[in-house]
Amino acid sequence: MTEPRIPAAPEVQLSIRGLSFYYGNYQALKNITMDVYKARVTAFIGPSGCGKSTLLRALNRMYALYPEQRAEGKLLLDGKNLLDSDIDLNDLRARIGMVFQKPTPFPMSIYENIAFGVRLHESLTRAQMDDRVEWALRKAALWDEAKDKLSQSGMSLSGGQQQRLCIARGIAVHPEILLLDEPTSALDPISTAKIEELIHDLKQEFTIVIVTHNMQQAARVSDYTAYMYLGEVIEFGDTDDLFIAPKNKQTEDYITGRFG
Amino acid sequence: MNLRGRRKMVNRIALGLSLVAMSFGLFWLCWILYTVFHLGLGGLSLDLFTKMTPPPGSPGGLMNAIVGSLVMVGLATLIGTPIGVMAGVYLSEYGQRTALGFSTRFINDILLSAPSIVIGLFIYAVYVAQVGKFSAMAGVLALALIVIPVVVRTTENMLLLIPNSLREAAFALGAPKWIVISRVTVRSAKAGIVTGVLLAVARISGETAPLLFTALSNQFWSLNLNEPMANLPVTIFKFAMSPFTDWQQLAWAGVFLITMGVLALNVAARAFFSEQTKS
Ligand SMILES: Nc1ncnc2c1ncn2[C@@H]1O[C@H](COP(=O)(O)OP(=O)(O)OP(=O)(O)O)[C@@H](O)[C@H]1O
Ligand SMILES: [Mg+2]
Repeated sequence: MTEPRIPAAPEVQLSIRGLSFYYGNYQALKNITMDVYKARVTAFIGPSGCGKSTLLRALNRMYALYPEQRAEGKLLLDGKNLLDSDIDLNDLRARIGMVFQKPTPFPMSIYENIAFGVRLHESLTRAQMDDRVEWALRKAALWDEAKDKLSQSGMSLSGGQQQRLCIARGIAVHPEILLLDEPTSALDPISTAKIEELIHDLKQEFTIVIVTHNMQQAARVSDYTAYMYLGEVIEFGDTDDLFIAPKNKQTEDYITGRFG
Repeated sequence: MNLRGRRKMVNRIALGLSLVAMSFGLFWLCWILYTVFHLGLGGLSLDLFTKMTPPPGSPGGLMNAIVGSLVMVGLATLIGTPIGVMAGVYLSEYGQRTALGFSTRFINDILLSAPSIVIGLFIYAVYVAQVGKFSAMAGVLALALIVIPVVVRTTENMLLLIPNSLREAAFALGAPKWIVISRVTVRSAKAGIVTGVLLAVARISGETAPLLFTALSNQFWSLNLNEPMANLPVTIFKFAMSPFTDWQQLAWAGVFLITMGVLALNVAARAFFSEQTKS
Protein backbone atom coordinates (compact mmCIF):
# COMPACT_ATOMS: atom_id res chain seq x y z
CA MET A 1 0.00 0.00 0.00
CA THR A 2 1.25 3.47 -0.85
CA GLU A 3 1.99 6.14 1.71
CA PRO A 4 -1.04 8.37 2.08
CA ARG A 5 -0.31 11.92 1.03
CA ILE A 6 -2.03 13.37 4.04
CA PRO A 7 0.05 15.19 6.60
CA ALA A 8 0.34 13.62 10.03
CA ALA A 9 0.42 9.85 9.80
CA PRO A 10 -3.10 8.57 10.38
CA GLU A 11 -3.98 6.52 13.38
CA VAL A 12 -5.89 3.28 12.94
CA GLN A 13 -9.34 3.47 14.49
CA LEU A 14 -10.88 0.17 13.48
CA SER A 15 -9.10 -2.93 12.18
CA ILE A 16 -11.03 -5.36 10.05
CA ARG A 17 -9.31 -8.74 10.15
CA GLY A 18 -10.39 -11.75 8.12
CA LEU A 19 -14.05 -10.72 8.10
CA SER A 20 -16.46 -13.12 6.43
CA PHE A 21 -20.20 -12.64 6.35
CA TYR A 22 -23.06 -15.04 5.70
CA TYR A 23 -26.73 -14.58 4.85
CA GLY A 24 -27.79 -18.10 5.84
CA ASN A 25 -25.62 -20.25 3.61
CA TYR A 26 -24.74 -17.49 1.16
CA GLN A 27 -21.33 -15.98 1.79
CA ALA A 28 -21.53 -12.26 1.01
CA LEU A 29 -18.11 -11.18 2.34
CA LYS A 30 -14.93 -13.18 1.90
CA ASN A 31 -12.09 -12.76 4.33
CA ILE A 32 -11.83 -8.98 4.31
CA THR A 33 -8.85 -7.31 5.93
CA MET A 34 -8.36 -3.54 6.02
CA ASP A 35 -8.02 -0.60 8.38
CA VAL A 36 -10.26 2.38 8.96
CA TYR A 37 -8.26 5.48 9.91
CA LYS A 38 -9.14 7.90 12.62
CA ALA A 39 -10.55 11.31 11.62
CA ARG A 40 -10.50 10.31 7.96
CA VAL A 41 -13.17 9.47 5.42
CA THR A 42 -13.08 5.97 3.98
CA ALA A 43 -15.24 5.18 0.94
CA PHE A 44 -16.47 1.79 -0.23
CA ILE A 45 -17.12 1.64 -3.95
CA GLY A 46 -17.99 -1.22 -6.27
CA PRO A 47 -20.76 -2.58 -8.45
CA SER A 48 -24.23 -3.26 -7.07
CA GLY A 49 -24.39 -6.38 -4.96
CA CYS A 50 -20.66 -6.55 -4.23
CA GLY A 51 -21.23 -6.33 -0.48
CA LYS A 52 -20.69 -2.67 0.43
CA SER A 53 -23.80 -2.38 2.57
CA THR A 54 -23.13 -5.79 4.05
CA LEU A 55 -19.67 -4.69 5.16
CA LEU A 56 -21.04 -1.46 6.61
CA ARG A 57 -23.79 -3.29 8.49
CA ALA A 58 -21.25 -5.69 9.90
CA LEU A 59 -19.29 -2.81 11.46
CA ASN A 60 -22.09 -1.81 13.87
CA ARG A 61 -23.50 -5.34 13.99
CA MET A 62 -26.78 -4.20 12.51
CA TYR A 63 -27.09 -7.70 11.11
CA ALA A 64 -27.52 -9.08 14.63
CA LEU A 65 -31.22 -8.16 14.36
CA TYR A 66 -31.65 -11.02 11.93
CA PRO A 67 -30.94 -14.48 13.33
CA GLU A 68 -29.96 -16.02 9.99
CA GLN A 69 -27.13 -13.54 9.40
CA ARG A 70 -23.68 -13.96 10.95
CA ALA A 71 -20.13 -12.68 10.71
CA GLU A 72 -16.79 -14.36 11.36
CA GLY A 73 -13.36 -12.85 11.89
CA LYS A 74 -12.32 -9.82 13.89
CA LEU A 75 -13.33 -6.18 14.13
CA LEU A 76 -10.87 -4.55 16.49
CA LEU A 77 -11.78 -1.27 18.18
CA ASP A 78 -9.53 -0.23 21.08
CA GLY A 79 -8.11 -3.74 21.14
CA LYS A 80 -11.52 -5.36 21.66
CA ASN A 81 -13.16 -7.62 19.09
CA LEU A 82 -16.58 -6.18 18.33
CA LEU A 83 -17.80 -9.55 17.14
CA ASP A 84 -17.34 -11.08 20.59
CA SER A 85 -20.59 -12.24 22.09
CA ASP A 86 -20.05 -10.25 25.31
CA ILE A 87 -20.07 -6.90 23.48
CA ASP A 88 -23.07 -4.77 24.49
CA LEU A 89 -24.75 -3.92 21.20
CA ASN A 90 -26.39 -0.75 22.47
CA ASP A 91 -23.05 0.64 23.66
CA LEU A 92 -21.41 -0.41 20.43
CA ARG A 93 -24.03 1.42 18.37
CA ALA A 94 -23.60 4.52 20.49
CA ARG A 95 -19.91 4.45 19.51
CA ILE A 96 -20.54 3.57 15.87
CA GLY A 97 -23.46 5.51 14.42
CA MET A 98 -25.18 4.86 11.11
CA VAL A 99 -27.17 6.84 8.56
CA PHE A 100 -29.19 5.02 5.94
CA GLN A 101 -29.89 5.53 2.27
CA LYS A 102 -33.46 6.65 2.74
CA PRO A 103 -34.21 9.30 5.37
CA THR A 104 -35.88 7.73 8.39
CA PRO A 105 -37.25 10.48 10.65
CA PHE A 106 -39.01 9.16 13.74
CA PRO A 107 -42.67 10.06 14.28
CA MET A 108 -41.88 12.87 16.72
CA SER A 109 -40.75 16.49 16.67
CA ILE A 110 -37.46 17.62 15.15
CA TYR A 111 -36.16 18.31 18.64
CA GLU A 112 -37.24 14.91 19.95
CA ASN A 113 -35.75 13.16 16.93
CA ILE A 114 -32.35 14.34 18.09
CA ALA A 115 -32.94 14.10 21.84
CA PHE A 116 -34.15 10.50 21.45
CA GLY A 117 -30.70 9.03 20.88
CA VAL A 118 -28.95 11.30 23.38
CA ARG A 119 -31.33 10.33 26.19
CA LEU A 120 -30.51 6.67 25.68
CA HIS A 121 -26.93 7.18 26.75
CA GLU A 122 -26.70 10.38 28.80
CA SER A 123 -28.91 12.24 31.24
CA LEU A 124 -28.73 15.91 30.43
CA THR A 125 -30.55 18.88 31.88
CA ARG A 126 -33.03 20.64 29.68
CA ALA A 127 -30.53 23.42 28.94
CA GLN A 128 -27.76 20.97 28.11
CA MET A 129 -30.12 19.09 25.81
CA ASP A 130 -31.10 22.33 24.08
CA ASP A 131 -27.43 23.03 23.49
CA ARG A 132 -26.81 19.54 22.19
CA VAL A 133 -29.73 19.73 19.77
CA GLU A 134 -28.56 23.08 18.49
CA TRP A 135 -24.97 21.84 18.14
CA ALA A 136 -26.08 18.77 16.16
CA LEU A 137 -28.39 20.77 13.91
CA ARG A 138 -25.67 23.34 13.25
CA LYS A 139 -23.19 20.60 12.43
CA ALA A 140 -25.67 19.08 10.03
CA ALA A 141 -26.28 22.46 8.38
CA LEU A 142 -29.95 22.33 9.30
CA TRP A 143 -30.10 24.85 12.14
CA ASP A 144 -31.08 27.86 10.08
CA GLU A 145 -33.90 26.03 8.38
CA ALA A 146 -35.17 24.24 11.48
CA LYS A 147 -34.59 26.57 14.41
CA ASP A 148 -38.06 28.08 14.24
CA LYS A 149 -39.88 24.78 14.00
CA LEU A 150 -38.14 22.48 16.42
CA SER A 151 -41.47 21.30 17.78
CA GLN A 152 -42.85 20.38 14.36
CA SER A 153 -42.85 16.80 13.21
CA GLY A 154 -39.63 15.54 11.64
CA MET A 155 -41.77 14.14 8.85
CA SER A 156 -42.74 17.65 7.78
CA LEU A 157 -39.24 18.36 6.45
CA SER A 158 -38.21 17.88 2.82
CA GLY A 159 -36.27 14.76 1.83
CA GLY A 160 -32.91 16.50 1.91
CA GLN A 161 -33.69 18.13 5.24
CA GLN A 162 -34.84 14.80 6.65
CA GLN A 163 -31.54 13.24 5.66
CA ARG A 164 -29.64 16.05 7.37
CA LEU A 165 -31.88 15.53 10.41
CA CYS A 166 -30.85 11.86 10.41
CA ILE A 167 -27.20 12.87 10.28
CA ALA A 168 -27.76 15.36 13.12
CA ARG A 169 -29.45 12.59 15.09
CA GLY A 170 -26.49 10.32 14.44
CA ILE A 171 -23.80 12.76 15.52
CA ALA A 172 -25.76 14.03 18.52
CA VAL A 173 -24.84 10.90 20.48
CA HIS A 174 -21.15 11.67 19.84
CA PRO A 175 -20.17 8.45 18.11
CA GLU A 176 -16.52 7.78 17.32
CA ILE A 177 -17.32 6.40 13.90
CA LEU A 178 -20.15 7.38 11.57
CA LEU A 179 -21.28 4.93 8.89
CA LEU A 180 -23.10 6.39 5.89
CA ASP A 181 -24.80 4.08 3.39
CA GLU A 182 -25.38 6.01 0.17
CA PRO A 183 -26.56 9.02 2.15
CA THR A 184 -27.17 11.21 -0.90
CA SER A 185 -28.60 8.78 -3.43
CA ALA A 186 -32.15 10.01 -2.82
CA LEU A 187 -31.26 13.69 -2.84
CA ASP A 188 -31.08 16.56 -5.30
CA PRO A 189 -27.70 18.11 -6.23
CA ILE A 190 -27.99 20.99 -3.77
CA SER A 191 -28.75 18.78 -0.79
CA THR A 192 -26.02 16.44 -1.96
CA ALA A 193 -23.51 19.27 -2.03
CA LYS A 194 -24.56 20.30 1.47
CA ILE A 195 -24.08 16.81 2.79
CA GLU A 196 -20.71 16.45 1.11
CA GLU A 197 -19.62 19.69 2.72
CA LEU A 198 -20.90 18.37 5.98
CA ILE A 199 -18.87 15.17 5.65
CA HIS A 200 -15.82 17.30 5.06
CA ASP A 201 -16.52 19.27 8.25
CA LEU A 202 -17.37 16.26 10.33
CA LYS A 203 -14.14 14.42 9.72
CA GLN A 204 -12.36 16.81 12.06
CA GLU A 205 -14.17 15.06 14.89
CA PHE A 206 -15.47 11.79 13.58
CA THR A 207 -14.16 8.87 11.63
CA ILE A 208 -16.40 8.41 8.63
CA VAL A 209 -17.11 5.41 6.44
CA ILE A 210 -19.25 6.05 3.38
CA VAL A 211 -20.74 3.79 0.75
CA THR A 212 -21.37 5.48 -2.56
CA HIS A 213 -22.21 4.66 -6.14
CA ASN A 214 -21.00 8.02 -7.27
CA MET A 215 -17.32 7.86 -8.21
CA GLN A 216 -16.93 11.63 -8.22
CA GLN A 217 -18.39 11.74 -4.77
CA ALA A 218 -15.93 9.15 -3.50
CA ALA A 219 -13.08 11.11 -5.07
CA ARG A 220 -14.36 14.37 -3.61
CA VAL A 221 -15.09 13.40 -0.03
CA SER A 222 -12.87 10.48 0.88
CA ASP A 223 -9.26 10.13 1.96
CA TYR A 224 -9.19 6.37 1.45
CA THR A 225 -11.12 4.18 -0.92
CA ALA A 226 -11.79 0.47 -1.00
CA TYR A 227 -12.90 -1.06 -4.27
CA MET A 228 -15.02 -4.15 -3.68
CA TYR A 229 -16.12 -6.87 -6.02
CA LEU A 230 -18.07 -10.04 -5.28
CA GLY A 231 -17.60 -9.82 -1.54
CA GLU A 232 -13.88 -9.07 -1.63
CA VAL A 233 -11.84 -5.93 -1.25
CA ILE A 234 -9.91 -5.85 -4.52
CA GLU A 235 -7.95 -2.70 -3.84
CA PHE A 236 -7.68 -0.41 -0.87
CA GLY A 237 -5.60 2.73 -0.57
CA ASP A 238 -5.26 6.46 -0.65
CA THR A 239 -8.15 7.87 -2.68
CA ASP A 240 -5.97 9.98 -4.98
CA ASP A 241 -3.69 7.04 -5.74
CA LEU A 242 -6.57 4.69 -6.33
CA PHE A 243 -8.32 7.02 -8.74
CA ILE A 244 -5.26 8.32 -10.55
CA ALA A 245 -3.12 5.22 -10.66
CA PRO A 246 -5.07 2.12 -9.70
CA LYS A 247 -2.79 -0.86 -9.27
CA ASN A 248 -5.40 -3.41 -10.14
CA LYS A 249 -6.77 -3.83 -13.66
CA GLN A 250 -10.31 -4.50 -12.34
CA THR A 251 -10.28 -1.33 -10.28
CA GLU A 252 -9.14 0.64 -13.29
CA ASP A 253 -11.89 -0.79 -15.46
CA TYR A 254 -14.49 0.06 -12.86
CA ILE A 255 -13.46 3.63 -12.18
CA THR A 256 -13.01 4.43 -15.85
CA GLY A 257 -16.46 3.04 -16.55
CA ARG A 258 -15.25 0.13 -18.67
CA PHE A 259 -16.73 -2.33 -16.24
CA GLY A 260 -18.78 -5.06 -17.98
CA MET B 1 -65.17 -4.67 -34.21
CA ASN B 2 -61.62 -3.56 -33.69
CA LEU B 3 -59.69 -4.14 -30.48
CA ARG B 4 -60.10 -0.61 -29.22
CA GLY B 5 -63.84 -0.68 -29.69
CA ARG B 6 -64.06 -3.99 -27.88
CA ARG B 7 -62.07 -2.67 -24.95
CA LYS B 8 -64.34 0.32 -24.65
CA MET B 9 -67.35 -1.97 -24.74
CA VAL B 10 -65.97 -4.25 -22.02
CA ASN B 11 -65.15 -1.19 -19.99
CA ARG B 12 -68.71 0.08 -20.28
CA ILE B 13 -70.22 -3.27 -19.29
CA ALA B 14 -67.92 -3.55 -16.25
CA LEU B 15 -68.75 -0.02 -15.22
CA GLY B 16 -72.47 -0.70 -15.64
CA LEU B 17 -72.32 -3.87 -13.57
CA SER B 18 -70.47 -2.22 -10.72
CA LEU B 19 -72.95 0.66 -10.73
CA VAL B 20 -75.80 -1.84 -10.43
CA ALA B 21 -74.04 -3.63 -7.57
CA MET B 22 -73.38 -0.37 -5.80
CA SER B 23 -76.97 0.84 -6.13
CA PHE B 24 -78.21 -2.49 -4.83
CA GLY B 25 -76.12 -2.11 -1.67
CA LEU B 26 -76.96 1.54 -1.22
CA PHE B 27 -80.65 0.87 -1.71
CA TRP B 28 -80.86 -1.39 1.34
CA LEU B 29 -78.61 0.84 3.40
CA CYS B 30 -80.78 3.86 2.67
CA TRP B 31 -83.94 1.93 3.40
CA ILE B 32 -82.53 0.81 6.76
CA LEU B 33 -81.46 4.34 7.65
CA TYR B 34 -84.82 5.69 6.55
CA THR B 35 -86.71 3.22 8.73
CA VAL B 36 -84.46 3.90 11.70
CA PHE B 37 -84.94 7.64 11.37
CA HIS B 38 -88.64 7.40 10.61
CA LEU B 39 -89.50 5.14 13.53
CA GLY B 40 -86.73 6.21 15.90
CA LEU B 41 -86.97 9.98 15.75
CA GLY B 42 -90.55 9.89 17.05
CA GLY B 43 -89.36 8.39 20.35
CA LEU B 44 -86.62 10.97 20.90
CA SER B 45 -87.24 13.18 23.90
CA LEU B 46 -85.47 14.34 26.99
CA ASP B 47 -87.22 11.55 28.93
CA LEU B 48 -85.22 9.04 26.93
CA PHE B 49 -82.06 10.16 28.68
CA THR B 50 -83.47 10.95 32.12
CA LYS B 51 -86.01 8.20 32.86
CA MET B 52 -85.58 4.49 33.59
CA THR B 53 -87.00 1.72 31.45
CA PRO B 54 -90.71 1.61 32.39
CA PRO B 55 -93.16 -1.23 32.97
CA PRO B 56 -95.60 -1.51 30.07
CA GLY B 57 -98.12 1.29 29.96
CA SER B 58 -96.18 3.84 32.00
CA PRO B 59 -93.98 6.64 30.71
CA GLY B 60 -90.22 6.17 30.83
CA GLY B 61 -86.93 6.32 29.01
CA LEU B 62 -83.75 4.38 28.42
CA MET B 63 -81.39 6.08 30.85
CA ASN B 64 -80.34 2.92 32.70
CA ALA B 65 -79.83 1.07 29.42
CA ILE B 66 -77.77 3.87 27.88
CA VAL B 67 -75.53 4.22 30.92
CA GLY B 68 -75.24 0.43 31.27
CA SER B 69 -74.15 0.12 27.66
CA LEU B 70 -71.61 2.91 28.06
CA VAL B 71 -70.22 1.34 31.23
CA MET B 72 -69.91 -2.16 29.78
CA VAL B 73 -68.57 -1.10 26.38
CA GLY B 74 -66.14 1.29 28.11
CA LEU B 75 -64.82 -1.32 30.53
CA ALA B 76 -64.60 -3.98 27.83
CA THR B 77 -62.54 -1.60 25.70
CA LEU B 78 -60.32 -0.72 28.66
CA ILE B 79 -59.64 -4.40 29.29
CA GLY B 80 -59.46 -5.54 25.69
CA THR B 81 -57.29 -2.79 24.21
CA PRO B 82 -54.08 -3.24 26.23
CA ILE B 83 -54.26 -7.02 25.94
CA GLY B 84 -54.95 -6.82 22.23
CA VAL B 85 -52.23 -4.25 21.54
CA MET B 86 -49.66 -6.21 23.51
CA ALA B 87 -50.54 -9.46 21.78
CA GLY B 88 -50.38 -7.69 18.42
CA VAL B 89 -46.97 -6.27 19.29
CA TYR B 90 -45.79 -9.71 20.30
CA LEU B 91 -46.97 -11.23 17.01
CA SER B 92 -45.36 -8.59 14.85
CA GLU B 93 -42.18 -7.75 16.75
CA TYR B 94 -41.22 -10.91 18.61
CA GLY B 95 -43.13 -13.97 17.47
CA GLN B 96 -43.32 -13.47 13.75
CA ARG B 97 -41.84 -16.80 12.82
CA THR B 98 -42.06 -18.69 16.08
CA ALA B 99 -44.34 -21.63 16.81
CA LEU B 100 -46.05 -19.64 19.57
CA GLY B 101 -46.61 -16.81 17.11
CA PHE B 102 -48.16 -19.09 14.54
CA SER B 103 -50.50 -20.73 17.01
CA THR B 104 -51.49 -17.43 18.61
CA ARG B 105 -52.29 -15.97 15.21
CA PHE B 106 -54.29 -19.06 14.26
CA ILE B 107 -56.33 -19.07 17.47
CA ASN B 108 -56.86 -15.33 17.19
CA ASP B 109 -58.26 -15.76 13.70
CA ILE B 110 -60.69 -18.36 14.98
CA LEU B 111 -61.74 -16.05 17.80
CA LEU B 112 -62.13 -13.22 15.30
CA SER B 113 -64.63 -15.13 13.23
CA ALA B 114 -66.40 -16.90 16.10
CA PRO B 115 -70.11 -16.04 16.25
CA SER B 116 -70.68 -13.76 19.21
CA ILE B 117 -73.31 -16.10 20.63
CA VAL B 118 -70.56 -18.67 21.14
CA ILE B 119 -68.60 -16.17 23.19
CA GLY B 120 -71.71 -15.33 25.21
CA LEU B 121 -72.34 -18.99 25.96
CA PHE B 122 -68.68 -19.52 26.82
CA ILE B 123 -68.74 -16.76 29.45
CA TYR B 124 -72.07 -18.13 30.65
CA ALA B 125 -70.52 -21.54 31.20
CA VAL B 126 -67.25 -20.46 32.81
CA TYR B 127 -68.47 -17.43 34.76
CA VAL B 128 -72.21 -16.97 35.11
CA ALA B 129 -72.92 -20.63 35.82
CA GLN B 130 -70.09 -20.78 38.35
CA VAL B 131 -71.05 -17.61 40.22
CA GLY B 132 -74.69 -18.51 39.97
CA LYS B 133 -76.08 -15.25 38.65
CA PHE B 134 -76.05 -12.92 35.68
CA SER B 135 -73.77 -9.92 36.15
CA ALA B 136 -72.45 -6.88 34.35
CA MET B 137 -68.92 -8.17 34.89
CA ALA B 138 -69.72 -11.24 32.81
CA GLY B 139 -71.04 -8.95 30.08
CA VAL B 140 -67.85 -6.89 30.19
CA LEU B 141 -65.74 -10.04 29.85
CA ALA B 142 -67.77 -11.29 26.90
CA LEU B 143 -67.46 -7.95 25.11
CA ALA B 144 -63.74 -7.77 25.90
CA LEU B 145 -63.32 -11.19 24.28
CA ILE B 146 -64.79 -9.73 21.11
CA VAL B 147 -62.58 -6.63 21.27
CA ILE B 148 -59.30 -8.51 21.75
CA PRO B 149 -59.05 -10.39 18.44
CA VAL B 150 -60.01 -7.30 16.44
CA VAL B 151 -57.35 -5.23 18.16
CA VAL B 152 -54.73 -7.99 17.90
CA ARG B 153 -55.35 -8.26 14.19
CA THR B 154 -55.24 -4.56 13.39
CA THR B 155 -52.25 -3.93 15.66
CA GLU B 156 -50.25 -6.70 14.02
CA ASN B 157 -51.18 -5.63 10.50
CA MET B 158 -50.42 -1.98 11.16
CA LEU B 159 -47.04 -2.81 12.72
CA LEU B 160 -46.13 -5.03 9.77
CA LEU B 161 -46.64 -2.02 7.51
CA ILE B 162 -43.89 -0.10 9.32
CA PRO B 163 -40.72 -0.46 7.24
CA ASN B 164 -37.80 -2.27 8.85
CA SER B 165 -35.57 0.67 7.99
CA LEU B 166 -37.33 2.72 10.67
CA ARG B 167 -36.68 0.05 13.30
CA GLU B 168 -33.06 -0.25 12.17
CA ALA B 169 -32.60 3.51 12.40
CA ALA B 170 -33.65 3.39 16.05
CA PHE B 171 -31.49 0.37 16.80
CA ALA B 172 -28.57 2.14 15.09
CA LEU B 173 -28.70 4.82 17.80
CA GLY B 174 -28.22 2.15 20.44
CA ALA B 175 -31.83 1.87 21.55
CA PRO B 176 -32.90 -1.33 23.31
CA LYS B 177 -35.70 -3.26 21.67
CA TRP B 178 -38.47 -2.24 24.05
CA ILE B 179 -37.70 1.43 23.48
CA VAL B 180 -37.62 0.93 19.73
CA ILE B 181 -41.03 -0.70 19.91
CA SER B 182 -42.70 1.67 22.35
CA ARG B 183 -41.24 4.97 21.18
CA VAL B 184 -40.83 4.42 17.45
CA THR B 185 -42.64 1.41 15.99
CA VAL B 186 -45.94 1.53 17.88
CA ARG B 187 -45.97 5.30 17.64
CA SER B 188 -45.67 5.14 13.87
CA ALA B 189 -48.57 2.72 13.73
CA LYS B 190 -50.66 4.71 16.23
CA ALA B 191 -53.25 5.94 13.74
CA GLY B 192 -53.99 2.43 12.50
CA ILE B 193 -54.13 0.95 15.99
CA VAL B 194 -56.52 3.62 17.29
CA THR B 195 -58.70 3.12 14.23
CA GLY B 196 -58.81 -0.60 14.98
CA VAL B 197 -59.89 0.07 18.56
CA LEU B 198 -62.63 2.47 17.42
CA LEU B 199 -63.96 -0.12 14.98
CA ALA B 200 -63.91 -2.75 17.73
CA VAL B 201 -65.93 -0.40 19.95
CA ALA B 202 -68.40 0.10 17.12
CA ARG B 203 -68.65 -3.64 16.73
CA ILE B 204 -69.46 -4.39 20.40
CA SER B 205 -71.86 -1.47 20.81
CA GLY B 206 -74.60 -3.38 19.07
CA GLU B 207 -73.80 -6.93 20.17
CA THR B 208 -76.84 -8.57 21.75
CA ALA B 209 -76.09 -12.28 21.96
CA PRO B 210 -73.06 -12.08 24.28
CA LEU B 211 -75.00 -9.87 26.71
CA LEU B 212 -78.14 -11.99 26.69
CA PHE B 213 -76.32 -14.79 28.50
CA THR B 214 -74.17 -12.62 30.73
CA ALA B 215 -75.31 -9.16 31.82
CA LEU B 216 -78.89 -10.00 30.91
CA SER B 217 -80.82 -6.82 31.58
CA ASN B 218 -82.16 -4.82 34.46
CA GLN B 219 -85.30 -2.79 34.59
CA PHE B 220 -83.84 -0.59 37.28
CA TRP B 221 -80.85 1.65 37.78
CA SER B 222 -77.76 -0.32 38.78
CA LEU B 223 -74.06 0.31 38.49
CA ASN B 224 -73.14 -2.79 40.47
CA LEU B 225 -70.90 -4.96 38.34
CA ASN B 226 -72.03 -8.05 40.25
CA GLU B 227 -75.67 -7.56 39.38
CA PRO B 228 -77.43 -7.75 36.03
CA MET B 229 -77.10 -4.43 34.21
CA ALA B 230 -79.42 -2.76 31.75
CA ASN B 231 -78.04 -2.22 28.26
CA LEU B 232 -79.36 -1.01 24.94
CA PRO B 233 -79.16 -4.15 22.76
CA VAL B 234 -80.96 -6.51 25.15
CA THR B 235 -83.53 -3.83 26.04
CA ILE B 236 -84.21 -3.30 22.35
CA PHE B 237 -84.52 -7.04 21.89
CA LYS B 238 -86.99 -7.33 24.77
CA PHE B 239 -89.03 -4.22 23.96
CA ALA B 240 -89.22 -4.75 20.21
CA MET B 241 -90.59 -8.29 20.69
CA SER B 242 -93.26 -7.10 23.13
CA PRO B 243 -96.88 -6.42 22.15
CA PHE B 244 -96.84 -2.96 23.83
CA THR B 245 -96.61 -0.01 21.48
CA ASP B 246 -94.89 2.28 23.99
CA TRP B 247 -92.16 -0.36 24.48
CA GLN B 248 -91.82 -0.75 20.72
CA GLN B 249 -91.44 2.99 20.41
CA LEU B 250 -88.63 2.94 22.98
CA ALA B 251 -86.97 0.05 21.12
CA TRP B 252 -86.87 2.11 17.93
CA ALA B 253 -85.45 5.07 19.80
CA GLY B 254 -82.74 2.75 21.15
CA VAL B 255 -82.01 1.47 17.65
CA PHE B 256 -81.67 5.05 16.50
CA LEU B 257 -79.21 5.84 19.29
CA ILE B 258 -77.02 2.80 18.56
CA THR B 259 -77.04 3.48 14.83
CA MET B 260 -76.01 7.07 15.35
CA GLY B 261 -73.32 6.03 17.83
CA VAL B 262 -71.83 3.43 15.52
CA LEU B 263 -72.01 5.81 12.58
CA ALA B 264 -70.22 8.49 14.61
CA LEU B 265 -67.52 6.00 15.64
CA ASN B 266 -66.94 4.98 12.04
CA VAL B 267 -66.71 8.56 10.88
CA ALA B 268 -64.38 9.38 13.79
CA ALA B 269 -62.18 6.39 12.96
CA ARG B 270 -61.89 7.46 9.34
CA ALA B 271 -61.29 11.09 10.16
CA PHE B 272 -58.69 10.20 12.75
CA PHE B 273 -56.88 7.83 10.41
CA SER B 274 -56.68 10.24 7.51
CA GLU B 275 -55.68 13.09 9.81
CA GLN B 276 -52.83 11.09 11.33
CA THR B 277 -51.53 9.58 8.10
CA LYS B 278 -51.64 12.84 6.17
CA SER B 279 -48.04 13.96 6.65
N1 LIG C 1 -31.02 -9.83 3.57
C1 LIG C 1 -30.31 -10.53 2.66
N2 LIG C 1 -30.49 -11.87 2.54
C2 LIG C 1 -29.78 -12.59 1.64
N3 LIG C 1 -28.86 -12.08 0.82
C3 LIG C 1 -28.63 -10.76 0.88
C4 LIG C 1 -29.34 -9.93 1.81
N4 LIG C 1 -28.92 -8.67 1.65
C5 LIG C 1 -27.97 -8.71 0.68
N5 LIG C 1 -27.79 -9.98 0.21
C6 LIG C 1 -26.85 -10.40 -0.82
O1 LIG C 1 -25.54 -10.07 -0.41
C7 LIG C 1 -24.80 -9.52 -1.47
C8 LIG C 1 -24.26 -8.17 -1.10
O2 LIG C 1 -25.35 -7.28 -0.90
P1 LIG C 1 -25.16 -5.78 -0.47
O3 LIG C 1 -26.48 -5.24 -0.15
O4 LIG C 1 -24.11 -5.71 0.58
O5 LIG C 1 -24.59 -5.13 -1.80
P2 LIG C 1 -24.20 -3.61 -2.10
O6 LIG C 1 -22.79 -3.63 -2.51
O7 LIG C 1 -24.57 -2.75 -0.96
O8 LIG C 1 -25.12 -3.31 -3.34
P3 LIG C 1 -25.86 -1.93 -3.74
O9 LIG C 1 -24.79 -1.07 -4.32
O10 LIG C 1 -26.85 -2.36 -4.75
O11 LIG C 1 -26.47 -1.38 -2.50
C9 LIG C 1 -25.72 -9.49 -2.68
O12 LIG C 1 -25.42 -10.59 -3.49
C10 LIG C 1 -27.10 -9.64 -2.10
O13 LIG C 1 -27.92 -10.37 -2.97
MG1 LIG D 1 -26.09 -1.20 -0.61
